[in-house]
Amino acid sequence: MDEHNMLHKANEISKFFASYPHEEAVAGIQNHLRMYWVPRMRRQIIDYVENGGTELHPLGVEAVKRLDAPVIRS
Amino acid sequence: MTLIKESDYGTPRSISDQMVTLEIDGTEVSVPAGTSIMRAAVDVGTQVPKLCATDSLEPFGSCRMCLVEIEGRRGTPASCTTPVEPGMKVHTNSPKIAKLRRNVMELYISDHPLDCLTCPANGDCELQDMAGAVGLREVRYGYEGENHLHEEKDESNPYFTFDPSKCIVCSRCVRACEETQGTFALTVKGRGFASKISPGDMLFMDSECVSCGSCVQACPTATLTEKSVIEMGQPEHSVLTTCAYCGVGCTFKAEMQGNEVVRMMPYKDGKANHGHSCVKGRFAWGYATHKDRILNPMIRKKITDPWQEVSWEEAIAYTASEFKRLQTEYGPDAIGGITSSRCTNEETFLVQKLVRAAFGNNNVDTCARVCHSPTGYGLKTTFGTSAGTNDFDSVEDADVMVVIGSNPTDAHPVFASQMKRRLRAGAKLIVIDPRKIDLVKLPHVEADYFLPLRPGTNVAVINAIAHVVITEGLTDEAYVRERCDMEAFQRWAAFIAEERNSPEAVEAVTGVPAADLRGAARLYATGGNGAIYYGLGVTEHSQGSTMVMGMANLAMATGNVGRRGTGVNPMRGQNNVQGSCDMGSFPHEFSGYRHVTDDSVRAIFEEAWNVGLQGEPGLRIPNMFDAALDGYFKGLYIQGEDIVQSDPNTKHVTSGLGAMECIVVQDLFLNETASYAHVFLPGSTFLEKDGTFTNAERRMGRVRKVMPPKNGYGDWEITQLISNAMGYEMNYSHPSEIMDEIAKLTPTFAGVTYEKLDRLGSMQWPVNDNAPEGTPTMHENGFVRGKGMFMVTEYVGTEERTNDRFPLLLTTGRILTQYNVGAQTRRTANSQWHDEDVLEIHPWDAENRGIEDGDLVSLTSRAGEVSLPARISERMQPGVVYTTFHHPETGANVITTEFADWATDCPEYKVTAVQVNRAYTPSDWQKRYEILREQTTQIGDVAEIAGGGA
Repeated sequence: MDEHNMLHKANEISKFFASYPHEEAVAGIQNHLRMYWVPRMRRQIIDYVENGGTELHPLGVEAVKRLDAPVIRS
Repeated sequence: MTLIKESDYGTPRSISDQMVTLEIDGTEVSVPAGTSIMRAAVDVGTQVPKLCATDSLEPFGSCRMCLVEIEGRRGTPASCTTPVEPGMKVHTNSPKIAKLRRNVMELYISDHPLDCLTCPANGDCELQDMAGAVGLREVRYGYEGENHLHEEKDESNPYFTFDPSKCIVCSRCVRACEETQGTFALTVKGRGFASKISPGDMLFMDSECVSCGSCVQACPTATLTEKSVIEMGQPEHSVLTTCAYCGVGCTFKAEMQGNEVVRMMPYKDGKANHGHSCVKGRFAWGYATHKDRILNPMIRKKITDPWQEVSWEEAIAYTASEFKRLQTEYGPDAIGGITSSRCTNEETFLVQKLVRAAFGNNNVDTCARVCHSPTGYGLKTTFGTSAGTNDFDSVEDADVMVVIGSNPTDAHPVFASQMKRRLRAGAKLIVIDPRKIDLVKLPHVEADYFLPLRPGTNVAVINAIAHVVITEGLTDEAYVRERCDMEAFQRWAAFIAEERNSPEAVEAVTGVPAADLRGAARLYATGGNGAIYYGLGVTEHSQGSTMVMGMANLAMATGNVGRRGTGVNPMRGQNNVQGSCDMGSFPHEFSGYRHVTDDSVRAIFEEAWNVGLQGEPGLRIPNMFDAALDGYFKGLYIQGEDIVQSDPNTKHVTSGLGAMECIVVQDLFLNETASYAHVFLPGSTFLEKDGTFTNAERRMGRVRKVMPPKNGYGDWEITQLISNAMGYEMNYSHPSEIMDEIAKLTPTFAGVTYEKLDRLGSMQWPVNDNAPEGTPTMHENGFVRGKGMFMVTEYVGTEERTNDRFPLLLTTGRILTQYNVGAQTRRTANSQWHDEDVLEIHPWDAENRGIEDGDLVSLTSRAGEVSLPARISERMQPGVVYTTFHHPETGANVITTEFADWATDCPEYKVTAVQVNRAYTPSDWQKRYEILREQTTQIGDVAEIAGGGA
């Protein structure tokens, strides 16, 4: 997925959960990514954060760091 | 099979706990108070002769045929307008009455053509029947005097004729237009002998008539007659089925001659439509036999190659071989499927099973992705169920209706008629919409509050309404305390009470005057039963799911969920949106909305299907295009959807499709998506197969085969063929067996069988041990999720903003006569009402640009540009323009962008920043489209095309 598009989506998700207390918000974002994003998309955003990407909402960064490494079938 | 003839009781049923006992022709009968003598007589087996009375209309008492005698009373009152009274003794026949009736009939017939043998109503004429019933043997007045026998026919409507020479001015048509449809297009012009029915001194086609057919249905003579009946004659048998158009899901009698449809008649006992219809369901079924229909499978290596007709065996083998090749080369997740809301529950269930079990992944999605996916997310989060709360009939108990982002008179016309009836009876109405939709002001209907918000500010408006409820103490505290999660409520209430959510604070953003918003909030919260009806104007936004939750919050806070007359009710766009979602069409859910990551749920399906299943969510439709462009998604099976025309940002869609190696389209016609396909599998119409549709009120209705499939197979059979060719065996011999499997695997459908559906007519899920005949109202004794969950719904403005380059906002929608991508309705006479998409623009915006009505204009966004004619309309607010997406050459979705709902990826069709200017030629995209369309729709042997088709 186009990186800009991916970040836009992740930031929109983060903005919704930002209304909640910190821990709840991070868990909400993490859960949303786990439940609705395919492994490749999760892999992509994990890579983005691991590579020091700076355009992701801080809550999103925390949530992504909590994601398990997805298994991508080939 | 026989022709279904419904009983006509003459006057509507009276609802009363009080029973009245009387005697009719010596037989005692008890009926509810308020019942007419005419109707009570039916209960003792007597049909009193009648012409102006029919049980779908209030009694009128004009025809003087239904006269009776009542002991102790003078005269001969009309039995249709005389209510029963205790102890009454009625005589429905006597020499005196018989003579009166004959004399009246004689007068009617003296001004009626005596062409019964060649009359199209022959065999279905109440006038003829009544002449027989009263024993008319002569007409003493002759036919030479003044008469109406040479009145000119009005044949302007493509579907029915108006022949005033046969009219008896019973006013049934006028009353049907008023009472049933609520359009008030017809009137009785003139007085006495000069009285005539008129659509307002003009042709029907030029009038306010919406061609719903209710006048034709009500007419007791051949005055208003379907042209198909005039052409073909009377039907000889009929089959009950469910309409394949909008989410109302009307029950129809398909009235047939052999395998040919003569007409579609709305069924009186249909629980969604109660005998009413709209121009689409009633008349626009001719696409089923249109010459454009493709009836033979076709394949091609490249999309620029001409199509080659092949046998079914070859087409299926090629499909399976290509899909297997792609999985071998690119991995098991390289292919997927798309289910359709235009197909049956059984067919969508089978496609998702094909993907999960035969393809071995969860890359299945459905067109609800681009319409009501936020409904599923929002209502499941707050209430626990991804569906609307109430049935349509519940509106009869609504005191205040809130219509948000929905245009029922165009998109759900039969339910709109029911709404209008309730509004005429006194219910209040709040309309929240950027456009002044028809419901805002109609004959005898006017919104109490119209809140014309700026597109994209729904959440700010709903929060402000909730702010008024919370801060003015209008909360139903007892309801909230008993039924809802209090911690979540308190958090939400604290958020919503913040001043930044007040009507005054958001007025500058929403454009809604604060005083009006406060008034609307107070009305909803204190006006009695409050029912919210909403459509795609809610869901198709970057905050679509947030808005659904916002409405759910408001309904819970005011105690407006869980009983008749209330609720949060999504108006589903297509006939089976609800069903396709229920059947597990989303990439993260099995049927019944159970997540694929749930090991216990997966185990149930693995055991039943005898195959291991993926525990990861699959690709959503827009992600399929992304994945294709990234090179790891290569094959797609699309049943009954036209994603190139209906999905946003056409350039992105077609680029994605262009990057795939095998696209299989199963459809009736070579739709726009077929231009990018490598295999075309001809589909079947709803007339050609068995199954079920689930409408917007969770009502499952039977679809019944009335003719053999012209393409050779029902769509479910084609999916089964692919599955078997892929190596995963399916052996269903009838869709009822698929439904049995659905019921076995899905708790909310546990009690559904075809036998029960046939017996009851229809059922609303859940259907299980607790509700063996279905559930009209959800959450009656508490929310499905346990406690109702208030969600914090912060307004986050869309990133799609106007600027100097794109100063206007485009919002898109649909109109009455066309349906979705128009593949069906464009191939009917409905195009006589709407043969092209136009751009509605406010006079102020038009004048600023030197645009006059009818001018060709360019519509440009950051995604693309198209040209289309302008229509200057004060329905628009300044700064907002509107168009429809029914015609592919318009390319409305060339303009829309990739912005989408944060939770579900439902596209933000309703907010696109655009510029409009005078244009003189089609856009570059439109020019390229014409060339591409020409190139990609060639069929190998041209001679065969001319001889083919239906």
